[in-house]
Amino acid sequence: MCSGRVDLEFIHRAFANGMDGVFIVGCRLNECNYITHGNYDAFGMVHIFRKLLMHIGVNPLRLRIEFMSGGEGILFAEVMNDFGKKVEELGPLGESEGIDGNILTFNLEAIKTLIPYIKLVERERLRVPVKSEVEYNKFFASDEVNRVFNELIIDKLAISRIMQLLYEKPRATGEIAEMLNLNPSEVSRHIKDSTRQGLVRYDEGQKRFALA
Amino acid sequence: MNKAIHIYFAQAIPLVTYIDESCIYLKEKKCRICSAVCKSNAIDFNQTPEKVEIHVGAIILSLGLEPFDPKLRDEYGYGKMKNVVTSMDYERLLCATGPNMGEVLRGSDSRHPHKIAWIQCVGSRQVIPGGNSYCSSVCCTYTQKQVILTKEHSPEADCTVFHNDIRSFGKDFERYYERSEKLPDVRFIRSYVSIGREIPESKNVTIKYSTPDDGVKEEEFDMVVLSVGLNPPADFKGLASTYGIELNHHGFCKSPSENPMATTRSGIFVSGAFQGPMDIPEAVITASAAGSQCGEFLDYRRGKLTRERIYPLERDVSREEPKIGVFVCHCGANIGRIVDVPSTVEYVKTLPNVVYAKEQMFSCATNSAKEIADLAKEMGLNRVVLAACSPRTLEPLFRDTLREAGINQYFLDMANIREQCSWVHSKEKEEATRKAKDIIRMSVARACFLEPLSEFDLPVNKTALVVGGGIAGMTAALSIAGQGHEVHLVEKDSDMGGMARRIHYTLDGLDVQKFLADLVRKVYQHPLIHVYLNAEIKDASGYVGNFITKVTTERRAIEIKHGAAIIATGAEEYKPSEFLYGNDDRVLTQLELEGRIANKDDSLINSSTLVMIQCVGCRNEERNYCSRICCSQAVKNALKLKEMNPGIDIYILFRDIRTYGFREDYYREASNRDVKFIRFVPEEMPVLEAVEEGGRRILRVTVNDIILGRKLAIDADIIALSAAVIPQADTGDVAGLFKVTLSPDGFFKEAHVKLRPVEFGTNGVYLCGNAHYPKHISETINQAYGAAGRALTLLSHEIVRASGSVCEVHENDCVSCGACITACTYGAIEFHDTPKGKKAVVNPVLCKGDGLCNAKCPTGAIYLKHFTNEEILSQIDAAAPVKEIMQKIGAAAADV
Repeated sequence: MCSGRVDLEFIHRAFANGMDGVFIVGCRLNECNYITHGNYDAFGMVHIFRKLLMHIGVNPLRLRIEFMSGGEGILFAEVMNDFGKKVEELGPLGESEGIDGNILTFNLEAIKTLIPYIKLVERERLRVPVKSEVEYNKFFASDEVNRVFNELIIDKLAISRIMQLLYEKPRATGEIAEMLNLNPSEVSRHIKDSTRQGLVRYDEGQKRFALA
Repeated sequence: MNKAIHIYFAQAIPLVTYIDESCIYLKEKKCRICSAVCKSNAIDFNQTPEKVEIHVGAIILSLGLEPFDPKLRDEYGYGKMKNVVTSMDYERLLCATGPNMGEVLRGSDSRHPHKIAWIQCVGSRQVIPGGNSYCSSVCCTYTQKQVILTKEHSPEADCTVFHNDIRSFGKDFERYYERSEKLPDVRFIRSYVSIGREIPESKNVTIKYSTPDDGVKEEEFDMVVLSVGLNPPADFKGLASTYGIELNHHGFCKSPSENPMATTRSGIFVSGAFQGPMDIPEAVITASAAGSQCGEFLDYRRGKLTRERIYPLERDVSREEPKIGVFVCHCGANIGRIVDVPSTVEYVKTLPNVVYAKEQMFSCATNSAKEIADLAKEMGLNRVVLAACSPRTLEPLFRDTLREAGINQYFLDMANIREQCSWVHSKEKEEATRKAKDIIRMSVARACFLEPLSEFDLPVNKTALVVGGGIAGMTAALSIAGQGHEVHLVEKDSDMGGMARRIHYTLDGLDVQKFLADLVRKVYQHPLIHVYLNAEIKDASGYVGNFITKVTTERRAIEIKHGAAIIATGAEEYKPSEFLYGNDDRVLTQLELEGRIANKDDSLINSSTLVMIQCVGCRNEERNYCSRICCSQAVKNALKLKEMNPGIDIYILFRDIRTYGFREDYYREASNRDVKFIRFVPEEMPVLEAVEEGGRRILRVTVNDIILGRKLAIDADIIALSAAVIPQADTGDVAGLFKVTLSPDGFFKEAHVKLRPVEFGTNGVYLCGNAHYPKHISETINQAYGAAGRALTLLSHEIVRASGSVCEVHENDCVSCGACITACTYGAIEFHDTPKGKKAVVNPVLCKGDGLCNAKCPTGAIYLKHFTNEEILSQIDAAAPVKEIMQKIGAAAADV
């Protein structure tokens, strides 16, 4: 089994179980034991999941990937000690970020439902053309990729969370914005789009938005 | 450093204790404590040696080596100063099963040494009574390993290595050397040393050494490790007469250089360090190689004495609840010393679905494995978790144990509480015990979801394909054909021989061209070998036992069906861009020089001064490896020139002279014949310029002589560059065709350096020769026979088993997106038409089980058997115990 086998869902499950940090270690880049070079895929996936964590207000440093060989005991110990220390400094997941436990669970659940879709977007738009550590970091930090990512994934995530909230009961824009830690104007934009698509309607009586 | 009753070493076969001559009872009829405490009454002091007669057709001598005994030389103080130990003693100190359970303690006061020194070349490279003139080949690298392990044991340790040349000539050794050298508080000092004195109060030991900068110094160390060399086996003379074989003058086995596995007696073969000093990978290679030669020798009797193993019928457990048995291994002291095994067993018994748990001293011992099988039957277990070591080496053994118990072998899970727990947490026993429980709990969770898998039998095409017609390829082809298998030998050139065509003689006197001509003739004459020259491989498909390779030659295109492939594509000589090469015809590479020597080129032989520059194009940033052969090559050419013209001045500018093994003798000879060796460092490379003085065209080399501490200008007629050995330009293409991997340096990468040194991770494909890494001809021959031997273990069977842990598709969930197909680099997945449209389907024999496709599939339709989402998620869930999660949720709720 290759580190490329590590699924978005695995990382998700660890955080959903309340783990304060997730560490993935793969073979050294460009030294694949298969011909797969799947550690690059794991690397790309970590980039993606970190962006998602950031979006829901969780410190992305809680997720880390490193590449080393089985013979690098000293390096492994160093990295693990460092990661352990950093995670301890960060404190318990959610709590130390000031996120309510229920909201965190709610947000993580929203990410989970989106995983199949994220995989499709990854395949179509988020493949890094050159296999090198530098290029991967550059790619995922670039404005263009961030734009695509926000448009295709983050917006989708926001909408799916709004829908989930409206599914529970009709709510006002401000209330939604506060619950999801989003900008009210952003929430309005999503609601407007969704209204236009016929998914959401404005309930005049309650002065709230509701599912159509 | 053992008690009288002990296990020979942790991996000994059979893994049982024995009593040696130091036993007090045997000597003085006292003690007998061991027999009093042995509950199984296993100790029998009345045993005497007995003679057994066995009839065999061939013998392989793997007599090994004996570490050099530094007591022979008074000046090391070994045996007198308590804090002077040999590297073998130190290895024991580092070992978890060692005298202090893995703690490095000083002999004098049982304190941890802080400042440790290693002295290299103890007993090696010394022409003195009791010393060995040869280089023991392995000490530089094992010392670096010990430094790294020491720093892992105690990061504050101060390590100093006093060395002569650093001989990191093996694959990836140069990087390893750099790694150890770069560690904090690690010094490598190039100096001859002598042990000074023992300080009476502290029992510290002083070492006198000298450096060009600081002159002679005396420094105090808490502990001194003597990096002892490799001697021939004890009583080598007696052994030689027992077997009727001859020895070389060093006391190792005498073998012809064209066949290092042969002895002077037909039917007796040699493998391992009895050939001469070598490291573990080479010893493993020569073992396969000697096996292949026995195969050739005894081919007429093949299969006459084999018996098939019959396993009990597999029990159908599909309708049973999981009934898990957990066996927690002490691994001697490896685990048991750190992890509280009894409390772990008690804990494990509380886990869901665990019906039985037990501790074992060594689960891998034959009796323990049998116990597992018996208990599994008796208790009706349908899953087994072994909490022991990494699955890497022993999983096959325990799978076999399950088969013996009539349980599907995939119902096994190994919880690694040694490498991933006790070894790394030796100082935190309580936490280690907790972690061991966590690891086992996760393993038990996974075990519940394990499914029985079937491995399937594939027929084996008995033909082999050999790619590359150099010495490696031809030797492998002949060995395979010699055991009755057809071989197709594909060579891209118009002639056989490869790099060897440009080599004329070796240090030990082999006439390479004569040997080569003989080899080529044998290949052409062999009825089972088909040779294709000017051939190009267009395509390679198929899988272990059933490959199809398309080859085109000038005249035709052919399709070869074969069961195994050996990659022996060789290497190239680097074309230097430095030192005026290509701009001045007086600047040659070593191979070009050799060609001109062989042609008895007068202008060369009669020249007055020749300068050789080592490490051209390697051991640098671009090629961070040592080309292994060039030092010996330079010494060889220098000696040959000196033989032809004793008056010629030869300078060899080097960084480290790496004439390892018996080649050291020739280095000494060159030095004695006044070949001048001048060391340089990469920061101050020699400079070469073409100048004209007094109408004479001169090549002027300027080099900083470190010993003299000043710049030297040498006016030369000829310059010979020891150019790097580099991978063939088309290595990447071949790797792509056969779906095999490359190392960072661009050579082919073996599946495992020690465990599978001549095969690829891709089953049925093997490698040998320079394609693997630069090597000498005798080493190439070793490896070629080794690869042939491994290929034969496949080709000699009617069927081969393919792993059950491969991918499969839930067709109902497949949305035909093709993500898995693009992800699969092995081309194992394709669409096929079903009534519900196109669906992905996996060819299980091509699937290597990397599982990347699983992570790409949006619907979870494709799944890797034995590593399914369910199995892995259950482990993730079990990583955080439910209680802890509940507590967390509780705390969070309280806050709200």
